[in-house]
Amino acid sequence: MMRGLWKLTWIEIKIFLREPLGAFGTIGFPVLVFLVLGRIAGRRLAPPPLAASSFILVSLPVLASVLIAVSAVLSLVTIISIYREGGILKRLRATPLRPQTILTAHVIVKLILTAATLALMVLAGKRYYPVDVHAPLFSFTLALLISTWSILSIGFLIASIVPTARFAQPIGAIILYPMIAVSGLFVRVDSLPPVLHAVTRVLPLTYAVPLLQGIWNGDAWSTYVGDVAALAVLFAVCTALSARVFRWE
Amino acid sequence: MRPVIQVSGVRKTYGKTVAVDEVSFEVNEGEIFGLIGPNGAGKTTTMECIEGLRTPDQGTISVLGLDPFRHVYKLQDRIGVQLQQAQLQKRIKVWEALDLWALLYQKKAIDGEHLLEQLGLADKRGAWFMNLSGGQKQRLFIALALINDPEVVFLDELTTGLDPQSRRAIWDLVRGIRARGKTVFLTTHLMEEAERLCDRVAIIEHGRIIDIDRPERLVDRHCPERTVVLATDDPIAEDRFRAVPGVEAVILTDLRFTIRGRGDDLVTEVIRCLSENRIRVTDFRTILPNLEDVFLKLTGHSIRE
Repeated sequence: MMRGLWKLTWIEIKIFLREPLGAFGTIGFPVLVFLVLGRIAGRRLAPPPLAASSFILVSLPVLASVLIAVSAVLSLVTIISIYREGGILKRLRATPLRPQTILTAHVIVKLILTAATLALMVLAGKRYYPVDVHAPLFSFTLALLISTWSILSIGFLIASIVPTARFAQPIGAIILYPMIAVSGLFVRVDSLPPVLHAVTRVLPLTYAVPLLQGIWNGDAWSTYVGDVAALAVLFAVCTALSARVFRWE
Repeated sequence: MRPVIQVSGVRKTYGKTVAVDEVSFEVNEGEIFGLIGPNGAGKTTTMECIEGLRTPDQGTISVLGLDPFRHVYKLQDRIGVQLQQAQLQKRIKVWEALDLWALLYQKKAIDGEHLLEQLGLADKRGAWFMNLSGGQKQRLFIALALINDPEVVFLDELTTGLDPQSRRAIWDLVRGIRARGKTVFLTTHLMEEAERLCDRVAIIEHGRIIDIDRPERLVDRHCPERTVVLATDDPIAEDRFRAVPGVEAVILTDLRFTIRGRGDDLVTEVIRCLSENRIRVTDFRTILPNLEDVFLKLTGHSIRE
């Protein structure tokens, strides 16, 4: 029963593109920064020094992807809280439209944006980063979508509990950005203090980062069944939790 | 007439605040039923329980034979809802909203373009929601409430914030809904609106229903007083007026008499007295009680307080 899902998704995409900074801020700006940085650093990076090469070849694309995913989630948190505060969610609910349809439409919009930004990044990267990358783009996009989907469920949980739209963005950022710091991108997860290590077990990025790195490197999906499963479990738990605590108004 | 809405013993609390308590009433098919009372009396809470948007703590509700809580989607499919203080996405266009709504219902939607024309929104069909005036937004919400040709229409404070002209246009529209055999359930704190529009009203105060009936019967029951104000300089007038049947008080201020009494015959009796005694009057007015007075009588305060 997802009646109206595509229509709502399409309308939400159009509405998003009508925002003064919507398309540029979310898709254009990151790509622009990427291009400018590429221009400045491009010549210096080629050929990459041996020590830095692993970071540039694997970690940088993964970090960029995770940042795209997190900003998509952050924008979802903000939109949900603005919709709630404005009474839009309530008005949509007073129709046969199901809550999960409304939320799924937003998730799809964010996933499409994530994929679009990533695609532009790759195009830009091809032009400015001289490293010859042979990453499996289709698999990587799929891995990123799975990761984003799982992080989105945490976004919903945050969106369920933030008191007002004013707090949505800062609270979301305070919760989401530290997740990147302990995701294993910068410091190995098992070298973290035990308490922090325990916390990382319930964070989606802990599973998303190895998955993204592995797929980028060309590993087989079968190696990461555990990570995908963990992401799925986290998604299920967060979705179930937010379904319980979600406020429509 | 069969009841399409049955509410029995409904109670809803928010924390320690009791929003509505022991609320019971029925709404019949094809009537315009109004829930009237001041802001904060429990009108919206009651309406939202009936719409399935809130769950009452106690009591039972049946709408079109459905339980609004258990069959909320089935119910939503057959009703039309206009919420108080609702918003849409800032940059959604008028036609997009209608287009989306039209798709959500099982039943084939009615012609959205025609609806926009009826509501005077045809030239705004491509406008963003955020650029509509208050009255235009309100009319769009009414259009959305009607798009599925619902059997019961819920209108919460539908003309609040509108100018008198748009208000009258919307009243005509609501009468049009009734003329097509639909049932209308509305809330208002405007007594004039209730009196002109509603077949029956329920007066609610502090979350409890005080009385339910046709507006004119409520007036008859609670405010049988009639008042005639007239101006005359005839010296015999005062004694004659006191002798009129049904008169309870005669007050004279500056050659102006205020005659109070009760019963529908009071005005006739005063006129007869004037003609029999050939009393020359320079002004004559009757003051009849209305729902406003009923409310004042029942609650001890005006609805605007």
